[in-house]
Amino acid sequence: MILHIKQDHNRFREIVKGKIRSNFKKYISQGEMIGKRENDFVSIPMPSIEIPHFQYGPKNSGGVGQGEGENGSPLGGDPKEGDGGEAGNAPGEHLLEVDLTFEELAEILGEELKLPNIEPRGQRQIKALKTKYTGLHHVGPDSLRHFKTTYKEALKRQISSGTYDPENPVIIPIKKDMRFRSYKFAEQPQSNAVIIYMMDVSGSMGDEQKEIVRLETFWIHTWLRSQYKEIETRFIIHDAAAKEVDEETFFRTRESGGTLISSAYSLAQKMIDEEYPISEWNIYPFHFSDGDNWSGEDTRFCVDLLKDKMLKAANVFCYGQVESKYGSGQFIKDLEKEFAEDDRVITSRIENRDGIYASIKDFLGKGK
Amino acid sequence: MNLPPLYVKIQEEIEKYALDYGLDFFETIFEMVDYDQMNEIAAYGGFPTRYPHWRFGMEYEGLSKRYAYGLSKIYEMVINNNPCYAYLLEANELVDQKIVMAHVYGHCDFFKNNQWFVNTNRKMMDEMANHATRMRRYIDKLGYDVVEEFIDRCLSIENLIDRHSPFIKRHKEGDITSERTVQLLKSDHGYMDSFINPSDFIKSQEDKIVSEAKQKQKFPERPEQDVLLFLMNYGPLQPWQRDVLSIIREEAYYYSPQGMTKIMNEGWASYWHSKIMTQKALKDSEVVDYADHHSGTVAQQPGSLNPYKLGIELFKHIEDRWNKGKFGKDYDDCDDYLAKKNWNKDVGLGRNKIFEVRRNYNDVTFIDTFLTEEFCVENKMFVYGFNRRTGQYEINTRMFPEIKKKLLFQLTNWGQPIIHVMDGNYENKGELFLEHLHEGVDLQPNYTAETMKNLYVLWTRPINLKTVMEGQGKIYRFDGVDLKEQNIDTGPGPQPQPSLGDDV
Repeated sequence: MILHIKQDHNRFREIVKGKIRSNFKKYISQGEMIGKRENDFVSIPMPSIEIPHFQYGPKNSGGVGQGEGENGSPLGGDPKEGDGGEAGNAPGEHLLEVDLTFEELAEILGEELKLPNIEPRGQRQIKALKTKYTGLHHVGPDSLRHFKTTYKEALKRQISSGTYDPENPVIIPIKKDMRFRSYKFAEQPQSNAVIIYMMDVSGSMGDEQKEIVRLETFWIHTWLRSQYKEIETRFIIHDAAAKEVDEETFFRTRESGGTLISSAYSLAQKMIDEEYPISEWNIYPFHFSDGDNWSGEDTRFCVDLLKDKMLKAANVFCYGQVESKYGSGQFIKDLEKEFAEDDRVITSRIENRDGIYASIKDFLGKGK
Repeated sequence: MNLPPLYVKIQEEIEKYALDYGLDFFETIFEMVDYDQMNEIAAYGGFPTRYPHWRFGMEYEGLSKRYAYGLSKIYEMVINNNPCYAYLLEANELVDQKIVMAHVYGHCDFFKNNQWFVNTNRKMMDEMANHATRMRRYIDKLGYDVVEEFIDRCLSIENLIDRHSPFIKRHKEGDITSERTVQLLKSDHGYMDSFINPSDFIKSQEDKIVSEAKQKQKFPERPEQDVLLFLMNYGPLQPWQRDVLSIIREEAYYYSPQGMTKIMNEGWASYWHSKIMTQKALKDSEVVDYADHHSGTVAQQPGSLNPYKLGIELFKHIEDRWNKGKFGKDYDDCDDYLAKKNWNKDVGLGRNKIFEVRRNYNDVTFIDTFLTEEFCVENKMFVYGFNRRTGQYEINTRMFPEIKKKLLFQLTNWGQPIIHVMDGNYENKGELFLEHLHEGVDLQPNYTAETMKNLYVLWTRPINLKTVMEGQGKIYRFDGVDLKEQNIDTGPGPQPQPSLGDDV
């Protein structure tokens, strides 16, 4: 049985992606979407795509049911006629869940935000042997037999040996005519990247601010992982002191107390020095905070650290400042003043969820 | 894939039982498919040869996902065709396959014998393939996007068909009317003229002729429920567009009887699978699995209506009544509750009656005729509605008349709103005027607007729709750019007089 559902299925997915594209701003600032990510897929809820009909509105209609209950007792959920088996034809405003791979999502992100591809800087030669079927051999399994070449060889032999009859052009290949596809090993340069996320978890960063950071990091991650073969992520939280945590903790921790940004930068620098040699890694430190630092002195220290060490190691250093009620927002000004001329430092202000879109473009729009 | 030998044997066995019971069906061809093929075929509405369209892909995605998450599984599928095609799911257990086969023979019998299926194309498998060929030809010629967009528009109005039209002649053919003049009554004496043919009589006769002529000029002459047909006949369509529209229409009519007999069809099939299994085919070792499966099929979700359950129970109810003679004047006139309850004349007409019912009824007439109060009580039926105050669905009542009324309303016209083309030259501007026969339930506003936009593309002139929203009569008008609404009291525009098949 030959079925062509794949074609229709692909077409449907194209339509879905188109819908996601046209509502992309909304998806970027919504958290529901990334609540459901799995290893390779993101499950995106969207209104079901339906062909509109003249039909009855659902809320007015009601219907007939069977079961226990007094007058006025509520029914669980949305009742609709049980659909025993056949393809459903019940209308309704149900949600569609669409699985997109990260590649597909990154592709949409890239197109929507017009993000340039990143030119990888460090390249680490990995002896991952890629097999490429480029050559021909005299021996091989039948499944790899190269029909066309085999035919040509046989034809050549028959013509040269005079057994070829144009009236009856039957070509019979013998064993030595056989040609088989064969592979060669090719080494491909593989680029790797590490993203070091740093976040201020002092008291002034509220839940909304963290949610913004969570969304922002999701999109950054989606994009960068589409650009590099291997990608590692590290998470550092800091208040007055910094420590490395896992992703879960990163977004959940809330500390009170002061803020020493330099603590995080020092830890990140230490990480780079010890584990990520510049020659082999593309390094992306991201720092999110509400812009409050303990002292001008510490800010000074941060700037020096960036200048002397981190900027030399990193592809680009990104700082996102999330607006909060409490933060003074001084830090971004200091950075901008110091690095006005330096395109290795990207700063971005994120006022609210709607600002995420622009901010991602700030960070990733430079192609670094 | 053809059936493995073991299953062929079982099929022959069950087919024999079915024949012995008096079921009558086309030759039935079973095929064994895996879950993915099953989902694919189901997505195509049972026809693997259908034309390409994304909505089948969407259906497939939904089915595959629900299957993957274990939410639903299609056990069987059967196609109304001669021969009947039925698909079995490979992964099912033997006892399940037996049930499914017995169930399928029930469906096949119903397809062949129920009068509503009489006009369906029994070579639909081939016809669908022909449709696909035609569609592909247009796609090759005009491009996928163009054809797809047009299909989308047509599908948007595929429910606007006249489900009874295959059975009723709506229009008198060859209705040629010559010029008519007022026929004067004969008078011998000139001076009597003004008395025998008084001037106001002549006037009224002339008026009548004029108004009849006006009626003739109306376009369409009578309200047309088959909007697709109207567009095919009068819409400014290119030949390929007309053909695509005719394909969509033909398929809509093909599926229509299945929608009209869902409860009966499933009930009938369930009735027979349980009869065949419990009385003939079931082995001792299979009883538990059978019971499990059967109860799953007829299970009621709390607060919703399972057509399998309602159908099988109603058939059993009818059989029981006619076995005991619980019908006719004596029974109806009897006031004694106990006597009625224990009524048993032992007439044994049950089996005959249900065969008669399966031939002559559809869901609406089935419910209308055979739903009784005691049945509703026994089956704990109720009417629910949406309570705006609490924002949820609640049980409204268990009164029999209400239940029946609601159920019939749900089923009438397959639960689709009834919409007629009233005027194809509205206000003499070539606009389309549609009227929704409002029966207490409003149309879904956003869908209505979108559908009107699609209609506009087909008709290329503004679309007017008369309906009622929240108690207020309205005419919506889409002129290609904006959707405007206008409140009305009672019908300006063509008079609402939807004639439902009483014209012949």
